[in-house]
Amino acid sequence: MSRVMVFKRFERFWHWSQAALIFFLLFTGFEVHGTYQVLGFGKAVQLHSTAAWALITLWVFAIFWHFTTGEWRQYIPVTDKLGAVIYYYAVGTFTGAAHPFKKTTLAKHNPLQRLAYLWLKLIISPLIWVSGLLYLFYNQLDQIGLGNIPLEWIALTHTAAAFLMMIFIIAHVYMATMGKTPLSLIKPMITGYEPEQEDATAASASNEQSGEKPL
Amino acid sequence: MDLFCKAQLSLWLIILACLSTDAYAVIASEKLDQNITTADHSEFKVLQQQFHSGPEVTKACLQCHTEAAKQVQQSLHWTWEYVQPKTLQTLGKRHVINSFCGSVTSNEPRCTSCHAGYGWEDMKQPPPTDETSVDCLVCHDTTGGYIKLPNAAGHPAYQPMESPLDSGHMKAPPDLTVIAQNVGHSQPANCGSCHFYGGGGDGVKHGDLDSSLVNPPKSLDVHLSAEGANFACSDCHTTTGHITAGSRYQGNAHDTQGIDVPGHTDMSRASCESCHGAAPHHEEKLNEHVDRVACQSCHIPAFARGGVATKTWWDWSTAGKLDENNKPMTVYDENGHLSYLSTKGDFHYAENVTPEYRWFNGTVHYTLQTDTIDSDHPPVQVNWIEGSAHDPDARIWPFKIMHGKQPFDTVNKTLLINHVYSPTDDSALWTNFDWAKALAAGTKIAGQPYSGQFDFIETEMYWPISHMVGPADSAVKCSSCHARNSRLNGIPDIYIPARDHNSLLDKIGWGTALLMLIGSAAHAGGRGISALRRRRNKK
Repeated sequence: MSRVMVFKRFERFWHWSQAALIFFLLFTGFEVHGTYQVLGFGKAVQLHSTAAWALITLWVFAIFWHFTTGEWRQYIPVTDKLGAVIYYYAVGTFTGAAHPFKKTTLAKHNPLQRLAYLWLKLIISPLIWVSGLLYLFYNQLDQIGLGNIPLEWIALTHTAAAFLMMIFIIAHVYMATMGKTPLSLIKPMITGYEPEQEDATAASASNEQSGEKPL
Repeated sequence: MDLFCKAQLSLWLIILACLSTDAYAVIASEKLDQNITTADHSEFKVLQQQFHSGPEVTKACLQCHTEAAKQVQQSLHWTWEYVQPKTLQTLGKRHVINSFCGSVTSNEPRCTSCHAGYGWEDMKQPPPTDETSVDCLVCHDTTGGYIKLPNAAGHPAYQPMESPLDSGHMKAPPDLTVIAQNVGHSQPANCGSCHFYGGGGDGVKHGDLDSSLVNPPKSLDVHLSAEGANFACSDCHTTTGHITAGSRYQGNAHDTQGIDVPGHTDMSRASCESCHGAAPHHEEKLNEHVDRVACQSCHIPAFARGGVATKTWWDWSTAGKLDENNKPMTVYDENGHLSYLSTKGDFHYAENVTPEYRWFNGTVHYTLQTDTIDSDHPPVQVNWIEGSAHDPDARIWPFKIMHGKQPFDTVNKTLLINHVYSPTDDSALWTNFDWAKALAAGTKIAGQPYSGQFDFIETEMYWPISHMVGPADSAVKCSSCHARNSRLNGIPDIYIPARDHNSLLDKIGWGTALLMLIGSAAHAGGRGISALRRRRNKK
């Protein structure tokens, strides 16, 4: 019997505050985009900017954390079992097959997750970050020689990135409910601990429960 | 206590008093009487006489103010002529056509009631050269008693007159002696006696200039209001030696100099930036608008909001209809505003008008009586403004755009000189109600080529809005422009967040998100069904 801490305190803080900020940024962002009027444009811009700075600060800490703890290695793409995981989500989950991936503290993410999170961290986030900062400092861009970039390009890039983020979140949230029970994968993200695992003899039986991770 | 100690103590007390905020408060709360002068004009012998005419008063003024008339005679208020430095068009009231009464030419004794002088009765001739023909009182009367007659080429009444007409009530002429003994600095009421009544009535022409600005509440105009800055017009319209700086024909739409001293470091009239600087907001994002949006666009949320309506549509083509008794008609709309006059045609009046917005770099072009119009593509622009998103001198400005219909020559394709008023004969529209006669007479007087064929064409005219600046909290809300339904709809070549979007990107984005949602739901449903089946099979 062992209780394993898979998600450390900072990691959980980072995940959930990031989640809250991203939801808030999507909500205020689409108001700035003109999709609806709830807070009023001025308030939406103000809150969106404040939340953006909070998220940037959080990212700075998270990047520091990833590098100092070596956790960044969790996102190195692997091909081993990648096909098996994809096959599981496409077919296996319907036939009652066991999840082909067994989570450990050294490899918290299955191969598909690694790719998805890498896509989030290397493509979506930087796209949002860079286009957002260009948007925020649009009037100062000429001072760094970027004065010729039309605001439209910046705004549309930022919008496209926001859509990518939204689509990622839909998939991510859905797959987070794909454990044995809808909350069984979400609970460790809150408590930090994987559910108690039995010893190796029972490992294959409990695979379905412990191995799946939200994408 | 010895003397040295006492001296030291008093020194400290003085320093303390100077440093205390109370001392500052006392200094700051002392309100200067802005109208105070160093001379009591009633003391001057030359003014202690019975005056019988305006020129007589002027002659007395010039005894002391030896250069005043010469200065006035150099000013735009006198010459009504302005060579536009960029387009080189010769403009000014003497030359332009507008979309109100049309033109000064051929209607002189009426239109020149607003000339800063006496007796200019022919626009083809320069204004009178005699120094005593300058009207000092219209700008310097402080009694409110000096009123120029509407049709006497600038003269006030000199005899008792029936007022209102046909009322049997005789009104005494202005007491020129009292008025002359009480002259002072020009106040908004002086400037307003002409500028508030342009186009034939209170508020008719500009929309942001009407009699409500004589004593406005702060909510209407923070600058002119006594509760606000208590400005006179000349605080911004810098005037030196009777020459008022700046021009409506060539403005500065984007003052990049920031805070300056109008008339000294900035040789133009004051702009908003002259006092408020180039970064006047606490919020940095708002300051980042000023390179592309004129202050007026946000800080004048509506014009004609002092209770005086402005004319927004004037259709001359319907003028001339008479009632069954062959008498001219006067019709009012449900708000009590004029909607038809046999002399003038159909009108629309409006209050609290949301401005229309355009790129504007300060340069205004005019369609003059010699210019060919494109009659196939109305509306004809009686004047038009320069500016685009690509022009760094241009900003988004608020305008009153006056719409209407005016007579034009269908053969020569020119806007026609409209002879509406004649004091002596029945050649003018307001006496004969006959367009053919009136246009023949007007063009003849003006020397304008005329084929004799006329029709009416829709026109529009641009009037920049710059007055009626409200308190900061009444400024236009962000979402008035940053929204799909934006005040700035129609402003091209600039991306305005929330107004603009790429509908293809939005469709792809929302579509993919929706597909992801449906896909997830289907996947979840599939898992649920297969799990149920498996459970059943186990049993």
